[in-house]
Amino acid sequence: MSFALPPFTTVLGPEDVARALTRIAHEVVERSKGASDVVLLGIPTRGVPLAQRLAERLAAIDPAFDPVAALGELDVTMYRDDLHRNPTRAVGVTRLPAVGIDGKVVVLVDDVLFSGRTIRAALDAISDLGRPRAVRLACLVDRGHRELPIRPDFVGKNLPTSTDERVQVQLAEIDGADSVVISGRAAVGEETR
Amino acid sequence: MKHLLSAQDLTRDEAILLLDTAAQMAATQSREIKKLPTLRGRTVVNLFFEDSTRTRISFETAAKRLSADVINFSAKGSSVSKGESLKDTALTLHAMGADAVVVRHWASGAPHQLAHAGWLDAAVLNAGDGTHQHPTQALLDAFTIRRHLAGGTGDLAGLRVAIVGDVLHSRVARSNVHLLRTLGADVTLVSPPTLLPVGVETWPCATSYDLDATLADWKPDAVMMLRVQRERMSGGAGAFFPSALEYSRRYGLDHRRLAVLPDHTIVMHPGPMNRGLEISAQAADSDRSVIVEQVANGVAVRMAALYLLLAGGSSAEGTSI
Repeated sequence: MSFALPPFTTVLGPEDVARALTRIAHEVVERSKGASDVVLLGIPTRGVPLAQRLAERLAAIDPAFDPVAALGELDVTMYRDDLHRNPTRAVGVTRLPAVGIDGKVVVLVDDVLFSGRTIRAALDAISDLGRPRAVRLACLVDRGHRELPIRPDFVGKNLPTSTDERVQVQLAEIDGADSVVISGRAAVGEETR
Repeated sequence: MKHLLSAQDLTRDEAILLLDTAAQMAATQSREIKKLPTLRGRTVVNLFFEDSTRTRISFETAAKRLSADVINFSAKGSSVSKGESLKDTALTLHAMGADAVVVRHWASGAPHQLAHAGWLDAAVLNAGDGTHQHPTQALLDAFTIRRHLAGGTGDLAGLRVAIVGDVLHSRVARSNVHLLRTLGADVTLVSPPTLLPVGVETWPCATSYDLDATLADWKPDAVMMLRVQRERMSGGAGAFFPSALEYSRRYGLDHRRLAVLPDHTIVMHPGPMNRGLEISAQAADSDRSVIVEQVANGVAVRMAALYLLLAGGSSAEGTSI
């Protein structure tokens, strides 16, 4: 049955993900003129392992960066604006970097940037937690369709999509292998129902 | 789940979700800015037909930390003292658009009536009804035990909890017996025969009349002292035990009994304490005592309950909690 499973396309493979992260790491260092003031905040679920990998790369580029003390995770559930529209979400872990965020350059790390509402929630959460010198945004995939005036500073791949498609980032730490997959895209030659 | 009426209704998964959420809420309470925007625009009514200090303040703090608007309503000084019925009070709250009603009532079952009579469409949280249930107290006790004795995660499998004192009048004991059992702990009630309720043999716990033997032989991991509720003992304390001194000698936690406890055992009390009656000042202020921490955990647990009952949309009804 051709329509039992939605057709999907693999957009990025493991090597592509690794290259994109390495490039983002270099861009972060270049933009901040060194990584000594940078702290990374991963947004659960898949932003957390991405931030972890980015931290390892930053430490390799700039030895002044501490990949343990400058890494944290930020759960934004309680700051979301769509809580009333969805079934209750479980609240995740927020763990601030050991070095704190006051006066630092915070780089938010997420897997897919879509409406921008998660990032809006993250910005509110950050302002309750401290006052960073600057907040920047890194994401592996930017799929467009922004609903708020938010833009990423570091992008792994720009992926023009339609709103009914689904972009899924899979990571070895959670899903067993690295890939970026688009599903729900109407396959070429398939008859329209 | 739309209401939180009884600790007995909670499944193991629901109870663990509540405790896990409470742990995240507790983590936010050590920050400089403790307020979260989660329940902005929601209204929580504290409806208290019975005196309370810590439960009302705790619910009020929890709702405010989540940015909900809080209306305090106590029976004293309200139309209830002019004879207004629970139904008319509920209809008034409904007309004012309350999203959640936290109710404490002297009559067992009043919160259930409020939740199911169709007077209100708000979530109802039981903050203690008569001698029936006090689910958030049981949850905060479980949270405190889990934090000290189970590493802060999972359930309480294999832990031993002794609940000592006035079980007959205690909604805290009733709620705790069921919740702790749901979470896998073993519970023993220790009480004079006159203060054990009829039908206690059907509860999922053991009973004992001898505190010294229970402490020495059973070696509980947590000892929860209950308040002797003299205001519920019509005819004075003499109706249930000969004298306060005799009660204190046989069922009070003093320094002698404190010394018998295993090193890791914690001492709990739901408050308010009768110092010198069920617990000595030495026991209440000792290193093992987690009584003040219970109060702090109460805010986190009530934040979790309000969050899980109120944050989701109406489509959330019927999902797990």
